[in-house]
This record gives sequence, C-alpha cells and structure tokens, in this order.
Amino acid sequence: MSEHITSPRVYLAIILTLMALTAATVGAALADLGPLNIILALVIATSKATLVVLYFMHARYSPRRTQLVVIAGIFWLAILLVMTMADYLTRSWQRL
Amino acid sequence: MHRTEELYGQFQTVEQQREASTLGMWVFLVTEILFFGGIFLTYTVNRQAYPTAFGIGSRTLDLTLGTLNTGVLLASSFTMAMAVWASQAGKKKLITLFLALTLILGGIFLGVKVIEYAQKFEHHLVPGRSFAMPPEDVPAEAAATDPDLETHAQLFFSLYFAMTGLHALHMLVGAGLLAWLLRGSLAGRFTTRYNTPVEVVGLYWHFVDIVWIYLFPLLYLIDRHKPG
Repeated sequence: MSEHITSPRVYLAIILTLMALTAATVGAALADLGPLNIILALVIATSKATLVVLYFMHARYSPRRTQLVVIAGIFWLAILLVMTMADYLTRSWQRL
Repeated sequence: MHRTEELYGQFQTVEQQREASTLGMWVFLVTEILFFGGIFLTYTVNRQAYPTAFGIGSRTLDLTLGTLNTGVLLASSFTMAMAVWASQAGKKKLITLFLALTLILGGIFLGVKVIEYAQKFEHHLVPGRSFAMPPEDVPAEAAATDPDLETHAQLFFSLYFAMTGLHALHMLVGAGLLAWLLRGSLAGRFTTRYNTPVEVVGLYWHFVDIVWIYLFPLLYLIDRHKPG
C-alpha cells in the first residue's frame, strides 16, 4: 500500500477552519444560551478534534487496522465517561 | 539483523515499517487518551457537583491569553503537519524550517502559560493556605447557592493546575522530540523513503493539541456570559 500524501492546500483549509471554530466557540461562550452553552462548546471542540484526527493525523487515509485502534480508544473513553456520569447524575433520583 | 539507512532489519518494506510504527504510536496514544480521560472525568463529576464555584473560578482565567494560546497551539499543529508533508515530498530545507517553527510556537505557548501561572500566584488563586477568592469576583447570590464556595473554588484551581500542568509536561516532552527531529533533519536523515520519525512525533504533537482543544472550553469558557 503506498503512502497517501496530504497536500499543503488541505492543511491550510483545515487550519483556517480550526481558527474559525475557535473564534466561534469564544463568541458562543459570551452569549447566554442556557444549557446549550456547554453542549455547543463540546460540539465545537469535538468537531475541531475530529478534523485534527482525520487530516493532521491522517486517520482518514490510514489502514483499517489503525482506524480500529483509534475508534477503540474513543469507545473506551466513552465507557469511562458515560457509565460514571450515568451513576453520578442519577444519584439524586432515589429521594422522591 | 541487517539494517540499512532507511529500513530496519525486522521489516521487509518501508511501507510495512511505516505502518507498524504509526500503529505503535496510535496504541500509545490510546493509553494517553485513557490517562487524560481519568482527569477529565474527575473534572466533569466535580463541575456537575459545584457549578457555581467552577463558574467563578473559570471567569478569573484570562480569556485573551487563553484564546491566544489556543491559536498558537493550533498554528503549531499546522506547521507540524507541514513538516510531515515536507518530509514526504523530500523538501529537506522545508522540513527543518517547519520543525523549527513548530518548536518556536510550542515555546510561545509555554511562555504564555508561565505568565498565566504567575498571575494566579499573585492573585492568591493557587490552592493552599494563602488561597483567597477576590470579593469582586464573587456575586452576592453565589454564597447562598454554595455555602462552601471557597473550598469548591480551590477544587477548580487544583484541577486547572493538574490538567494544564500535565498538558504542559506533554508539551515539554514534545519540544524535546522536536529538538531531536531538528538534529536529524539538519543531518539530512529524512528522505521520501524514510520519514517515519517525523510522522510519529507529528501524531504525538497533534494529540497534545487535541487535549488542549478540550481543555480550553472546559476551563476558560464556563459561564462567561454571567457578570462577575
């Protein structure tokens, strides 16, 4: 399998998008959106992280085996966060 | 085992060598995801438990410096990606240039971090005996919602220093790796057939960037719209 070379033009488009998203997240944080503030911040951060993983880290053009390792890592992190928060966030429910 | 300039003896082709090395780096990065995951989890549990104190603590952070540093670190990821491109394209001088730029941007990030840490020490916002919340940062109704505000604000700053400190430590390791790459690059070691070290250090550098992509909104951008 030959190596995929990402062109500088793609890297430039990605960095400009990342900078724009940074400006967007700061702008969104200054507005009162209620519970949407944290959701929007995390959605923007995850979009930025996804762009970095796919293009700067070449995950999009990596062998399937490598992609599986990346997805497994994110999946385990999700288990850690979701299962623990499912516990903490529902503890108050028992006092009805 | 025989070894040529570009191919280690256990591999048959440079493609196989490259795939094995990047896979190994990704496996290491997965352990790093779980390593940072634990502290992100601790942050999430405590922020959910003490939202008022975390909001007040977050608003004492310097938003301008935080945003500036986010831009600097993203730019360093771009120059790192360009160093990888230069090595793949066989442009030896450009490899050195982009590696040097990445190292400089990383240095600027750490320098700004030093300024921010110094401000926290000056303002008595470092957890410990001399910790004191500035009264002007604490809205009147905050004390009513959280009677132990000061303790919980210290929790925020403990996590702030632990998370950004751990991140800065990773940056220092990255800077060391970049210096090592620069030496190799100046010696002309990286070619279109052998550029795995540049690619692999690049993966590490981008990972550290991703950690900051999450740290920035989680630490600097809580309740920014509220007065105080």
